[in-house]
Amino acid sequence: MLRPLLCASALAIAAPAHAKTIDVQPSDNDQEAIQLALLDAQPGDTVHIRAGTYALSDGLSLDVDGVTIRGDGPAATILSFKGQTGAGEGLLVTSDRVLMTGFAIEDTRGDAIKAKGVDRITFDDVRAEWTNGPDAENGAYGLYPVESTNILIMNSEVIAASDAGIYVGQSDNIVVRDNRVHMNVAGIEIENSTNAEVHDNHAWGNTAGVLVFDLPNLPKMGGHSTVVRDNVIVANNTPNFAAPGNIVAGVPAGTGVIVMANRNVHVVDNFFDGHASAQVMVVGYSQPFEDADYNPLPRDIVVADNIFGRGGDDPQFEGGAELAAAVGGRIPPIMWDGAAAYLRDGALVEEPVVMHFDMPALTLGLAKAGDAPASGTPGMAPTTDGKAIPRPDPIVMPADQPGVAPADIAMATGN
Amino acid sequence: MTPRYNDEGHRSERRGFRFVAGVLGLALMSAAPSSVVDDAVLTAERPPMHFADFGFFLDTGATRPAPRVTGYGLNSALFSDHADKARYIYVPPGDTLRYDGEGLLQFPVGSAMVKHFGFTRTDGSLDLIESRVLVKTAAGWAAYPYVWNADDSDAVLKRAGARLKVAGHDADGAPLALDWRVPNVNQCKGCHAVAGELMPIGPKARNLNGSFAGENNLARLTRLGLLTGVPQNVPAMPDWHDEAASIDARARAYLDVNCGHCHNPAGPASNSGLNLTWETVSGPELGINKAPVAAGRGSGGRHVAIAPGDPDGSILLYRMDSTEAGVMMPELARTQRDGAAVDLIREWIGSLE
Repeated sequence: MLRPLLCASALAIAAPAHAKTIDVQPSDNDQEAIQLALLDAQPGDTVHIRAGTYALSDGLSLDVDGVTIRGDGPAATILSFKGQTGAGEGLLVTSDRVLMTGFAIEDTRGDAIKAKGVDRITFDDVRAEWTNGPDAENGAYGLYPVESTNILIMNSEVIAASDAGIYVGQSDNIVVRDNRVHMNVAGIEIENSTNAEVHDNHAWGNTAGVLVFDLPNLPKMGGHSTVVRDNVIVANNTPNFAAPGNIVAGVPAGTGVIVMANRNVHVVDNFFDGHASAQVMVVGYSQPFEDADYNPLPRDIVVADNIFGRGGDDPQFEGGAELAAAVGGRIPPIMWDGAAAYLRDGALVEEPVVMHFDMPALTLGLAKAGDAPASGTPGMAPTTDGKAIPRPDPIVMPADQPGVAPADIAMATGN
Repeated sequence: MTPRYNDEGHRSERRGFRFVAGVLGLALMSAAPSSVVDDAVLTAERPPMHFADFGFFLDTGATRPAPRVTGYGLNSALFSDHADKARYIYVPPGDTLRYDGEGLLQFPVGSAMVKHFGFTRTDGSLDLIESRVLVKTAAGWAAYPYVWNADDSDAVLKRAGARLKVAGHDADGAPLALDWRVPNVNQCKGCHAVAGELMPIGPKARNLNGSFAGENNLARLTRLGLLTGVPQNVPAMPDWHDEAASIDARARAYLDVNCGHCHNPAGPASNSGLNLTWETVSGPELGINKAPVAAGRGSGGRHVAIAPGDPDGSILLYRMDSTEAGVMMPELARTQRDGAAVDLIREWIGSLE
């Protein structure tokens, strides 16, 4: 017991002596009251939004480092954006070392909480929800850090986002754990990002549970080193309600995990059940692209030690029914497009693609990424023992990650 | 048909200038809050509560600039719900602005910019809504919004922004009931940020290189001793209304001033990979056949930002055309549709191959 005590006292010393709490309570001008508190806060301060429902008409924003936004719990402190008529998100964070905890953001017209270009950000026990349920008119992302580093999203809940509930884009060093995501198009999406660990989440009732993607023509590309482990990913069969044009609009309903155009991704020790299309899909980026630096193939993908329940018995993608019939009535738990080549500027680029699946997987046998699903020669990819790829080390957050006692960080890493 | 714009530049600037000239006699008789800009107030850590305390203007209605405060205009300007604007630059004594290529001028510490927003009355005067102040401090730029009272006798700082009911009119004079947004100081950064630091948007040399109130902006500032280092043959960006310029140049000028402040590699929309600045050459970076990344329902069911030859298949046009939060672009400071610009961009996309 000595160690936590020492850590706690170290933490107390590190906090600025003059740190203060700014209290906000419901009033007839919630917009100005909360925004003023976010403007007046100094590094080390807490903005305490007391229990109640707050009516917001415009976006809120925080641009001060080291601030905590704390509510009285996501069922008690509710920021409602039902009447929002301006801004692209509910809350925008552009400063470092911010902790958000204990509140809910409801019914934003665009994204719920966006954090851009920040370092050391923590979402803990936050809820983002569109209260009308799945609807193409809902905002795209629930919890949305982008171009950021040291991201911790935990114990939170996102419901009915029209793109991804939890979306981490173009970022590095990421932990997404112990969250509940449901009725979104994608429950959790890690996109164009590096070094992520998605674990102990519960994703159910989305169109697809967890996506690990890489897209072309973005400032940060070459996503790699993501571990998806120990999650419960169940019955993600909600019809896709994303606006066409977005990459997730092409995701077939009834999918547990999709890995697309990424490297060194490990899908391990998860529980999958009840996915009509497939439990795990490993695919290339299928659209034409103009980008000399982009690789559309999945490489070095590990799918191992998962528990698979029933699935693949009513595939929701083109040619799926025929495919299932050809392989005994259902799509096996792991499906790969089989492509090891792609077109760049009209020329065929071939790659040594290494997969590690610990059970026989269905391969579509595509000649190259982007070919029509029915164009290849389907077959079973053999298990590939002996080609195991070392699992990336657990993600470690910095010692001063907000909202985490240093002892917890040490415990998580076994140090 | 009467041309809506002439070689003096944008109509609103011209009106603003007429307004300044028209009330000069009247203003001379009103009480002057300060005869010169108060540099101590300007560079203080906290901004004054009242706009008048800066001393930018000789009259309470902020129409007669103080010494070293100079009006200017832009060849192409940001659309702000059809509001008219009047713009001023202040340069402290003993210092000057410096030319630094065709982009932003260099501003010395202690310099400032003022932008009035309002709607021009039938007599040519400007009914003020708010005035935004950008101050160059030693630590960087700071932005402050001030909201005018009903009779334009006092403007008060509104750090958290505000929503105002404003009676304005559109480009054809039709009345508009506006739900006007005064940005909070963070939202200022929503547009005015380069690599997370606040920056001015308008005063780029290529956009100042044009006539305002009968004289070239760069020539005037140089003549007044407020700007140094301007070479011969400065590049110029056109007035996007100017039908003598090419469709491509007009469209790119509009996109630069209305989108490029966020959509650039160091701007608030950098993560989109869509760069709409004057400098962007072409290709997916400019949106040509570029799939969206985080558009959500803002895609409108369209598949790429710009589909050459197909305006109705282009997300960019869909978002310009919308006035709905979560769909419309720009995200901030707009509730109305810029109809003439939508027509221009439609024509431009249609012309692309």
